[in-house]
Amino acid sequence: MTVRESRLGSSGATQERNVPQVTLTVTHEAGLHARPAALFVEMCNRFRCDITVASAGRSVNGKSILGVLTLGVHKSGAITVSAEGDDAEAALEHLQRLVESNFEVTA
Amino acid sequence: MKLIKGLPAAAGLAIGPVFQIKAQPVRVDESPALDPAGEWGRLLAALEVARMQLGDIAAKVREEVGSNEAGVFEAQSLMLADPDLLASIRERIENQRENAIAALTESAGGYVRALESLGDAYFRERAADVADVVQRVTSILRGERLDPAEGLAAPSIVVGDDLTPSQTVMLDKSLVLALCTARGGMLSHTAILARSLGLPAVVGCGAAILECKPGTKVALDGGTGEVWIDPDAEIVAGLEAKRSLADEKRRIVHSLRHEPSVTRDGKRVEVLANIGNVEDARVAMDAGAEGVGLLRTEFLYLGTERPPAEEDQVAAYRAIIDVFRGLPVVLRTLDIGGDKGLPYLDLGPEANPFLGVRGIRLCLARPDIFRPQLRAALRAAESGNLRIMFPMVATLGEVRTARRVLQQCATELRSEGHRIAADIEVGIMIETPAAAMIADQLAGEVDFFSIGTNDLSQYALAADRTNPATGELASAFQPSVLRLIAHVVVAAHARGKRVAVCGELGGEALAIPILIGLGVDELSMSAPAIPAAKQILRSMDLADMREAAASALEAEGPDDVQALVRQRFPTIV
Repeated sequence: MTVRESRLGSSGATQERNVPQVTLTVTHEAGLHARPAALFVEMCNRFRCDITVASAGRSVNGKSILGVLTLGVHKSGAITVSAEGDDAEAALEHLQRLVESNFEVTA
Repeated sequence: MKLIKGLPAAAGLAIGPVFQIKAQPVRVDESPALDPAGEWGRLLAALEVARMQLGDIAAKVREEVGSNEAGVFEAQSLMLADPDLLASIRERIENQRENAIAALTESAGGYVRALESLGDAYFRERAADVADVVQRVTSILRGERLDPAEGLAAPSIVVGDDLTPSQTVMLDKSLVLALCTARGGMLSHTAILARSLGLPAVVGCGAAILECKPGTKVALDGGTGEVWIDPDAEIVAGLEAKRSLADEKRRIVHSLRHEPSVTRDGKRVEVLANIGNVEDARVAMDAGAEGVGLLRTEFLYLGTERPPAEEDQVAAYRAIIDVFRGLPVVLRTLDIGGDKGLPYLDLGPEANPFLGVRGIRLCLARPDIFRPQLRAALRAAESGNLRIMFPMVATLGEVRTARRVLQQCATELRSEGHRIAADIEVGIMIETPAAAMIADQLAGEVDFFSIGTNDLSQYALAADRTNPATGELASAFQPSVLRLIAHVVVAAHARGKRVAVCGELGGEALAIPILIGLGVDELSMSAPAIPAAKQILRSMDLADMREAAASALEAEGPDDVQALVRQRFPTIV
C-alpha cells in the first residue's frame, strides 16, 4: 500500500528539455499487469499530453496497454513517468495518486 | 464402432452427433493489399465488431461467473484500441502494402514474443490473451464464425481438448447433450461445471476423441466413462432402454422435488444444496433445495489480483440470500490454500499444501482477507437467514479465535450503525480426524457441524483423492470414515447440536441410508442430486436405516458397505 519512493519534479541534469516526470514504486502484488496496467492506461487516455513510462532502461507509450505490459514491471518495480503537453502536470498528479493508492483511487 | 474409456465426470447418458470445439491455427495470407485505404477500413470495422463481442462476453461472464473473471475480456478490448498497435498496423498496410490480417498478425506478434520472453507466468498469460484477441479479429476479417462453439446449431455432444471457462460460459446449454474432453480429471473445470448443470460428461478420453469427425454419432455414458464412436445398433438400443427407464424414474422424482422428504416412519430430513454462486442458487432452488448447506465463497477470490472488496461481497451474498427467501444459507468462509497461487496470498511455496496453511489457518493468518469477509457476511445476514461456517478446523483454539474475530467484527459494525443480530448461527466443518475426535469439545463452541466427507476421508486414510493410485483408498465408504462420522454425531447430539453432511457422500444414493441411520440430521449436495435424494428418503424407514448403519460400522471395507446397502435396499440404484 505504501509508496517507498516518490519524487515529483523535473530533473534538468538528465533531460534535454524540462519535461515533468515522477518516479514511482509499484507496490501492487501483481506489478504493473492486468488490472493495474489497464487502470494505468485508462488514466493516461484521459489526458491530451504525451505520456512516457520507463522502467529498467526501456520506455514505452503510457497510452499503449501492450507497451506497458511488455515493460514487465513486477511488484516493487520502479517506473518513471514523464508527460509532455498542456495538461502534463495534471496527468502526472493523477497517475501518481493512482499508483500510490495501490490502484484504488481511479478518479 | 470404437470404444474409448474416459473418466466418468458426470452421470447421464447421451447419444448424438459430435461437435468439435477447436481453436483454428491462424494462417496468414501473404497476398498484398490492392487497396490500402479499403484494407485499413476493413480492419477498423473488424476491430469494432470484436470490441462489441468482447463487451457482450464480459457482460455474460460478469453475470454468470463474476466481475473479476470478466476483466480478461475488458483488457482484450483495451488491447484492440492500443494506439501503438494501430499505428504499426496502419504503417504496414499503407506503406508495405500488407493485407489487414498479415499486418495485424505481424504487429501483434512482436508484442506476443516480447511478453513471452518476460519469463513470468503472469505476463505469459497476457501473451495468450493477445494471441486470442488477434484470432478473434482474424476470424471476423475472414467472415468466419467467431466463437468456436457458435456453429453449434443442433443438440450435440460437445468435444474439446479441455474446455476453458470462457468457452464453457459461451456454450448454449440447451444445445449441449453432453461434454467430452481429451484432457482433464474428475476435478477439472469441465467436470465440476457439468455436474452442476446436470449434463453427462466424460473427461480424460485422450487425443483419440479429437480425431472424431464432426457429426459422427457418439454414445456416451457419464456414469461409467464409456464413449462409443459409431456405436452399433445393439449398444444404442441398450443405452436407449437404460435411458428411457432412467428418464421415466427422473420424471417421477422431478415432479415431487419440491415436496419435503419424510421417511415412511415419519422422520423429516432436510435436503439442502451446495452452491458456488448465484446461478447455482437459482438452479438449486428449482431442484427443490430447502436451503443452502454449503455456500462456497472461493468464486469471489479466484482469478483476481486482489481480494474482493467488502461491498462487492455483501452484494454477492445478498443476491444469493434473496434467491432463498428466508431459507437458511450456510456461508463457508474462504477455504483456500497457498497452492492456489493467488497473487495476493503469497505465502511462499509449501512442500505439502494440503497439510499447509489453508482454510481457517489461512483466514486466521490473514485478517486483511478474513475480516472483510466476516463483515460482509454479517451485513448480508441483516437481510436473510445467513449462517457462518469455518472450514478445516483442527483445534479448539482455532474456533475460539475465529469466533472472537467474528465478535469483534459484529461489534465494529454495530458501532457503525448496522443492525447485526446477536443470534446468527455459527458452525464448523468437520474435515480433519482431529476435529472429529474432539467433537464433544467443539460442540460446546458452535451451533452446528457440517461434515466434509471428501477431506475427512483423504485425511483419515492419508490418501490423495485426486491421485488415481490412491483415489479409491480415500473412499468415504471406508468403515473408518463412517466410524468418525458416527462419533461426531453422538458427540453433537449429546450437546443438542445438529450435524449435516455436505461432502459428496451426502448426495450419493448408497450413502444416504447409512448417514441418516447414523443420525445425521441434514444432507447438503449438488443441485442435480436433490430430487433423487428426497425420493430415496421417502422410500425408507428410519429403523431399517439404523440397522444398516450399524452393520456398515462393522463392515470390512467400502465394497462391503456398498454391497450391504444394495442388498438391504434393492430399489435404491
